[in-house]
Amino acid sequence: MSATINEIRPGAYFDSVVLMQLQRELAQLQGVIDAGVVMATPANCDLLISSGFSFDEGARSDDLLIVIKADDEQSAEKALAQVDQLMSRKRQIQSEGYLPKSMQAAAGQLPHSSWVLVSVPGRYAAKVARDALDINKNVFLYSDNVSLEDEVELKKTAWERGLLVMGPDCGTAIINGVGFGFANHVRRGAIGLIGASGTGLQVITSEIHRLGAGISHAIGTGGRDLDEEVGAITALEGLNLLTRDVETEVIVVVSKPPAPEVASRLLSAAWGCGKPVVVDLIGHPAPARRIGSLHFTSSLTDAANVAVRLIQEDNESGIRQRINPEESTQRPKFARGILAGGTIAYEVTIGLQSVLGPFFSNLHIDGVKHLPDIWKSQEHTILDLGDDTFTQGRLHPMMDNDYRIRRLRQESADDEVSVILIDLVLGEGAHPDPASELAPVTAELLQKAQQSNQLLEIVCIVIGTDEDPQDLNYQIEQMNAAGAKVFQDIGEAIIHTIDAVLPVQSKEWTEQNPELLTMPVSAINIGLEIFSESLRSQGAEVIGVDWRPPAGGDERLANLLSRLK
Amino acid sequence: MSNMTDIETANKSAVERMIAARPILTGVSTAREVIPGMRENLLLHAGPPIEWERMSGPLRGAVIGALILEGLVKSESEAIGMIEAGEVDFAPCHHHDTVGPMAGVTSASMKVYIIKNTTHGNYAYSNLNEGYGKVLRYGAYSEDVISKLRWMNDEMGPLLADSLGKSDGIDIRALLAEALHMGDEGHNRNKAGSLLFLKQLAPLVTGSTASDELRSRVLQFLGDNALSVLNPVMAACKAMADAAHGIERSTVVTAMARNGTDFGIRISGLNDAWFTAPAGVPVGLYFPGYSSADANADIGDSTITETAGIGAFAMAAAPAIVTFVSGTPQDALNATLEMYEITTMEHGHFTIPSLDFRGSPTGVDIRKVVEFGITPRINTGIAHKDAGVGQVGAGLVRPPMSIFEEALFAYADFYGIT
Repeated sequence: MSATINEIRPGAYFDSVVLMQLQRELAQLQGVIDAGVVMATPANCDLLISSGFSFDEGARSDDLLIVIKADDEQSAEKALAQVDQLMSRKRQIQSEGYLPKSMQAAAGQLPHSSWVLVSVPGRYAAKVARDALDINKNVFLYSDNVSLEDEVELKKTAWERGLLVMGPDCGTAIINGVGFGFANHVRRGAIGLIGASGTGLQVITSEIHRLGAGISHAIGTGGRDLDEEVGAITALEGLNLLTRDVETEVIVVVSKPPAPEVASRLLSAAWGCGKPVVVDLIGHPAPARRIGSLHFTSSLTDAANVAVRLIQEDNESGIRQRINPEESTQRPKFARGILAGGTIAYEVTIGLQSVLGPFFSNLHIDGVKHLPDIWKSQEHTILDLGDDTFTQGRLHPMMDNDYRIRRLRQESADDEVSVILIDLVLGEGAHPDPASELAPVTAELLQKAQQSNQLLEIVCIVIGTDEDPQDLNYQIEQMNAAGAKVFQDIGEAIIHTIDAVLPVQSKEWTEQNPELLTMPVSAINIGLEIFSESLRSQGAEVIGVDWRPPAGGDERLANLLSRLK
Repeated sequence: MSNMTDIETANKSAVERMIAARPILTGVSTAREVIPGMRENLLLHAGPPIEWERMSGPLRGAVIGALILEGLVKSESEAIGMIEAGEVDFAPCHHHDTVGPMAGVTSASMKVYIIKNTTHGNYAYSNLNEGYGKVLRYGAYSEDVISKLRWMNDEMGPLLADSLGKSDGIDIRALLAEALHMGDEGHNRNKAGSLLFLKQLAPLVTGSTASDELRSRVLQFLGDNALSVLNPVMAACKAMADAAHGIERSTVVTAMARNGTDFGIRISGLNDAWFTAPAGVPVGLYFPGYSSADANADIGDSTITETAGIGAFAMAAAPAIVTFVSGTPQDALNATLEMYEITTMEHGHFTIPSLDFRGSPTGVDIRKVVEFGITPRINTGIAHKDAGVGQVGAGLVRPPMSIFEEALFAYADFYGIT
């Protein structure tokens, strides 16, 4: 006949790792069948009940609940009597120096620390993280159950102060060779990573290591960073840090399914960063295997492979130079495409949108916005002029340039437009000499733009062969002479367009400490003690905080305190 | 947000005043002549207000002894009769700019040290230390206790008054700063401070016109008593703490005191309110033959030292007495490090060599006490619960958490923070 006894210790807080170890040790004692040692939150109590434990009611969330099930009453009592001894053995290891109770005191003992690792229970985590930002520390926020509102507020605050918040629910990061949370031991190298929260980074960093390359830094963002509300604040900051980090030559960005507009925003920043960026945004369709310096991959190991290949290829071509911010501040913002070829329009739209953000169109493509008035473009617009609406009562634009010329004038008159894309599709049945009509108007419009200091480019995609009746070279020559940028490769036209339109990069950069990644890691750890031990064993300077819930978990007092801050 | 700025600024300003205060021992005089509101039938006592019915043994004994010393009664029974007839008024020392160790009973004819805070102009007072053994502050009132008090009042007091009167005074803040570098923490250990005090007084005393016998006896008395400087130190701390009192919106503690029954605190921004709860029994070491069963609840105004950033708060400076808290020198460091968690600033004058001359933790903030669940540490002597037995040990005590919580709620009420 087994016996179950329990003890409730009011207001005695311990972190769950300590309790789990204690639980395991209790369960190993002679005659003990099983033991449960938890902070008596409703969730933990339910868990114990479902594991077949019974215990007294009335324990509160901040009470320590110890339940022991044993072969007989005597064994249970004996085990319970050993709790203090087992706990003090745990404590002894760290009772040498002073364990500060508050982050402020820890900061006083380690004033030059730049990181605070937070792994306290979720409902307290946002406040602790906020306190860390208030004393100018960067945050590794391991805790989960942090609300989206709190995450947004924390990250905005961090952004304004040039600080980084990794997380919430961030399991992994590697900063300057030191793994935070759950990180693998990997070779140091030239690949910098930005990833959502944990295992994704572990998969890629391990794979890179296996392939013989190494990691400069791995920055965790938390799983919601690329949600619309958060707007990729941490990923953008991480990108900024890795861009400026001398050691990092290739950047890998992986994320859980992102909000499309946020993905574009991040990719547009990645585009302008001046380093090749390997992108694996799960659930976000890759526009191409590669657009300029952006390499799209479809799996974590693929991302690792591409990154390692890029390192080996060394300074590969096609890396974009960052736009001079002074020049770009005056740049008009929008791209317009007035294209005769429907499939060309389709491909151009997908390619541009992945980096530049949302496009309007008369094409029906997922994620592309419907242009309300087909006769009037807005923001970024790509039009398929072969659409029935345009061809009613007139020939297809491959044969008749009349409407295209009118539309070209109309788009160029919009001073918010920086690039207009057109296409010349040659071959049987097409206009016998389209450039003869489009080149003069191109020249005229570019000249007009120049006179009024408008930065306007006309990008012309020419599709055809040297055997076509229109004479490919002659068509290209005419357009070149008119000042158009001529491309036969649609991909290159897309790259050129993105370069010309890309929003001002400097708006995305915050004033972060450029040395954050290169300084020796020095951290304050609040919550799980194993993180302190882990950092210490990696040679980092760390001070643990003997954290307790504010006011011992008394909600009324804690609320009052928060109003007296 | 505005609260924070207000409270932070107020606290900073309060504690800056506490630190800037410069307490100078300017003289010795008779209580009735210098202590505001002092009168014949008024007895001042340690701690928060308390009525006779609730007084503990040592305080009752000291009250009886003081009435005998004042010549108002001849015996214990007369004293009790007079008290029960309502002919004796009681008031906390703290209400009269005064502090006293243990029972802290101060009566009209007693000689008191005069401390002037030359920075802000306020005064504070404390009686003269009687030394060890059977003493009034532990509730003893036998004939020898009374005759020693008479000698202190009639012979030592006037000599000290005369000696100090010829000097520029003794800078107690400077004395404390030096003593902290000599192994004192200013509350339980005052060995170095008392010798420094003796060193300053000796030339003044020997230079007086009193008899050789008296001068010799006074110097001997001061030198034999490792607590002789405690009373001027306490008055100095009172003068410093008072300088921090009355700052609007400040949540800094400006008095901690015990009357042997209750522990009380006052808050800078909450006027004269006391927040009290039953005082605990200190945990510590007992003299041979005594145990915690003999201990009175915590008593005395000497917690004014911790209030001002020394005492247990400067424990790291006094590793020699860590055995009182059954510890190692590391525990002494830890004690001070813990107090940084709940205080406002580091003291500009009181520094601690073993912490790389970091300023001592100064100005307890009730918000931090409640938030972190850390109450102030207090080093204290332990009084026997029966009147007149005296000190039975020394150790560590902490005020009850409830008074800080209560003060916090009162603060919110007072400033309309809901």
